[in-house]
Order: sequence, then structure tokens, then C-alpha cells
Amino acid sequence: MSVASGARRFPFRSRGRAGAGISGAEAALLLIPALLPILLLSVAPLVRGIYLGFTDSRAGFGVHTHFIGLDNFRALVHDQLFIDSFKIGLIWAGSVTAIQFVLALGLSLLLTQPLRLRWLARALALVPWAMPSVVVGIMWKLVFQPQAGVLNELLRRGHLPGSEIDWLANFSWALPAVILVGVWAGMPQTTVALLAGLQGIRDELHEAAAVDGATTFQRFRTITLPQLRPVILAITSLDFIWNFNSFGLVYVLTEGGPAGKTQLPMLFAYNQGFKYGAFGYASALGDAMVVVIAVVLAFYLWGRLKETA
Amino acid sequence: MIVSSRPRVARTGQYALLACYLIFLAFPLLWLLSVSFKGPRELVALHPSIIPSDATLENYREAFTQNGILHSALNSLKVATLTALLTTLVGLPAAYVLARRKGLVSRIGLGWILLSQMFPLILIIIPLFLLLRRLHLTDSHTGLVLVYMVWALPFILWMLQSYVRSIPRDIEEAATADGATRLQILVGIIAPLLAPGIVVTLLFAFVTAWNEFFFALVLLQTPSLTTLPLKLAQFVGIEGVVRLGPLAASALVATIPSLLLFTVIQRWLTRGLMSGAVKG
Repeated sequence: MSVASGARRFPFRSRGRAGAGISGAEAALLLIPALLPILLLSVAPLVRGIYLGFTDSRAGFGVHTHFIGLDNFRALVHDQLFIDSFKIGLIWAGSVTAIQFVLALGLSLLLTQPLRLRWLARALALVPWAMPSVVVGIMWKLVFQPQAGVLNELLRRGHLPGSEIDWLANFSWALPAVILVGVWAGMPQTTVALLAGLQGIRDELHEAAAVDGATTFQRFRTITLPQLRPVILAITSLDFIWNFNSFGLVYVLTEGGPAGKTQLPMLFAYNQGFKYGAFGYASALGDAMVVVIAVVLAFYLWGRLKETA
Repeated sequence: MIVSSRPRVARTGQYALLACYLIFLAFPLLWLLSVSFKGPRELVALHPSIIPSDATLENYREAFTQNGILHSALNSLKVATLTALLTTLVGLPAAYVLARRKGLVSRIGLGWILLSQMFPLILIIIPLFLLLRRLHLTDSHTGLVLVYMVWALPFILWMLQSYVRSIPRDIEEAATADGATRLQILVGIIAPLLAPGIVVTLLFAFVTAWNEFFFALVLLQTPSLTTLPLKLAQFVGIEGVVRLGPLAASALVATIPSLLLFTVIQRWLTRGLMSGAVKG
């Protein structure tokens, strides 16, 4: 219960008291059981994975791997499937992150109000976090079922257009449909982060502004948003990264279909690596994903930080 | 926090909005629940209703008795339990050092946690697959547990170290003055005070492993080793369209453990996360 308040009661006082007397050797001994596996099974594979993008590595035993420089990347540029899948990845990650942010901001503002049933919304908003992504995928597949699904039934009852559509198999609707699922699945993290940010804003600021006659909207714009800025930047950046790298949800929903219309970069890379055994090419795709993420985030953060300056 | 000048109108609007959120968040869950209680005839009926007209438990019986779902659930239970125990055992001493020594190691460690988020799993999984194959650990639960441990460790270290920081050093110093060894301090003083943090860590690692899909998909081949998410995904591919009822029932059953555990820890989880984030 009082973990957080405990942290406040006993602040981290002096830097001077060197580590409550942990010697270097002791520290190393305590760190090694965690550090060694991380180095061996996470850091080293990552470094090697980045390097594999510059090789012709293939699946199978006893295959020799050669360094081939930028050949994979030259092939990538001419690969229409690669260009399509990265376009889809950017549309998917951008839309999911943006919609999720707007919805989560609205929800977290509502949750700070003294409303009845607020507990229910709070609990429901957290449920997707606990669900395996495979189950989220299965659940929405059932919702989207053309005949037996609830979505089309609601459309039929409301005499609305679209009740005949097989959402996940339709060339133009498959991507919007999986984006909707992505938004639903990612609500918890974004809502929790924004809610924590909102609770960190001191009430005096709002009270002072209210005394000065500021309207609700003015206070939202001049107090809430600027105060939330660091949290907003952090969570939208993380959401974008997570979404661009996501795999399980869309794998279960569509396996990248119909005709590659929902083939996110990770699905494309997975197929290249583990269906066709092109380890080098798949790693090159991974490298390209890192570059795309870095470039997008650099532009985003640079733009946002310039606004404040 | 935001008090409107026209309270009643604003309040009504807020309730309308809240209702929209509740519908959006709840209706897929309700539909899953509904399908899981429907018999085969009702599932292919043209105008499906949300409340089953002829509710049956047949789907649940099938989920538990057929298709090796139960066997996969036991595999998942084994893998998730081992992951939870191993991760906590290995993470606790390291988190203690990270919290108590504000040195280079801590900064590199925490930097890595953030950086590692940026890399797509494909870059890690291929070399990892090659390495584990050489050690004959692909297609085995041992290999999977090791991978899950490493995968869960960064976040767990982050969480645990924020719990360690909330324990006052004076207690440790008093114990040192009384002649206690480091091990005695860790086991006798720190561990009991950290109990809530340790429980959260155990449950979090369990849920992470229980829900995981990608590594299992790549690493496991033998059907008798498959974990539950993998089994469910295969189920979708083969029979999903034909047998929606059992699919919905097993999907729900697969969610129950993580949902229960998550309910227990979510309050602590968000607090541990946030206090860690604030104190950096």
C-alpha cells in the first residue's frame, strides 16, 4: 500500500554515503547473475543481429555466412513488398498512437472527475493489459465475423450500410479494422501514464486560474496541457515504437492479409526469416526498422521541443 | 480537477462520454463471453444476439477435454512459474545494487532498459535462435524460460530497484553496525521489507511469460511442447471459423489467470512504475 508514500518519507538523502558500504567486489557478485544472462542472451544477440543485416546469412545447418556490405539494403530499396509493408507500418503506428492518445486523454480527464461508475471504466481500461495478445486477436475476430459477428449484426439492426462487409478480408477495410483493435489493446498503458501525469498537477494552479476567471477550456490549454507535456512526449513516443514493432495481434487477426494489406514490418520480417529462411535479409529489415523509428522520433521530439523554446 | 461554470450540463455530457467509453471497452469482452456460451446452431444463426438464447457449457467442456488445450495450459503454467521464480531470484540482488549504488553501472543499466525498447524483436530472435540451436535449447522449455527471464528482467529490475529505494538506509546501517554480514542484511532485512515488491515481481513475470507469443512461435516446434497462446493461434488457423464456441471458451479460460493476477498487482504495478519513473 504505502510503497510510494514510503519513498517520499525516506528520500534518498546523501550521495556521499557510498552505496551503504557495498564494495566493488560485492556489487559485481550481486550483479552478475542478472547481468551475465542479459549480456549473453540480449545484448550480444542484438549486436550480432544488427551485423547479420550486412551478411547473406540463411537458415539451415552448416551454411557459411559472408559479409556482403550493403547488398541487402540495395535489394530492399527495389523490393515493393518492403516499401508497402513499411508504409503500412507507418500508417498503422501513426494512427494507432494518435487515436489512442486522444481517447486516453479524454478518458483520463473523465476519470479525475467525481463520476459514478468511474471505478468500472478504470477497471475495464486496464483489462486489455492483462490479456494475451493472441486472445485479444481472437476476440476481435469474433466481433468482425461477417455473419455471426456482433458488428455486422448491429449495422443490420440499425439499417446502416456496411453490414455485408467481411472486415478483415476486405482490401480497403482490413487496415482500419486492425487499427481499431490496436487502439483498444493499447488503451491501458496510455491511460495509466496520462492519469498519473494528471494527478501530478497541483490543484493550486487550477484554483488560481479559476479565481482569475479562466474557463474550463482555457485552463485545459494553459495549465493541463503544458504540465502534461513531458508525460505526453514520453508515452506517445513509446506507443509509436511499440506499435511499429508489434506482431502478435495482427498475426492472429489477418496474418498480414488480405494480399499483404495489413502486413506490418515485423510480419514481413518474420516471414522472410522463418518462412523463407533469409536470416540476413530479415535482419536488414530489422535494421531498417530501427532507422525509421529513430528518424520519426527525432523529427517528432525536435518539433515538439522547438515549440516550447 | 476541471470544474465547469455550468455544472449540470457539463455533468450530463461527462456521463454521456463515460457511457461511450464503457461501451467501447466492454463490448468486445461481452461478445467473447456471449459466444463462449452459445451452442453450434446458434453460432451460425443469421441474427446473432448478445444474450445466448440457449446457453450451454458444452464449449467449456470441449475446451478442457479436446485439442490438447489443457496440455498446453499445463505447459504454460510450468514455463510461467519457472520464469517467475528464476527472474525474481536473479533480479533481486541486482536491483539492490542498482538502487544503492548511483554509479556508472546503474546509469548504463537503466539506459539499456530504455534503449532496448527501440529494437524490433527480429534483430534479437535470429541470433538467439542460432545460439540456442547450437546449445540444443531450441524447441525446449529450458531455452524458452531463459529467453523469458532475460526479456522480463529489464522491467523487473526497474521496478524492484524503486522498491529498494523506498527502504531507509538507516536500517541497514544499524544492522551493519551490529555486525551483520551483507548476506544476512539481504536475506534477513531487505527481503522481508521488500515482500510486496517481490510478490508484484513474481506475478508480473508470470503474466508476461503466460501471455507471450512471438518467442514461443519461433522457438517451439514439437506439438507436445506448445504453450497456450501458441495453441490458440493454431486453433484459429485450422478450425477457428468452423468452431467459434470452443475457441471463445478456451480464449476466455486462457485469460483468467493473467486477469486475476493482474487485478492483484495492478495498483502496485502502476505505483512502482511511477515512483521509479519520477526518481529515475
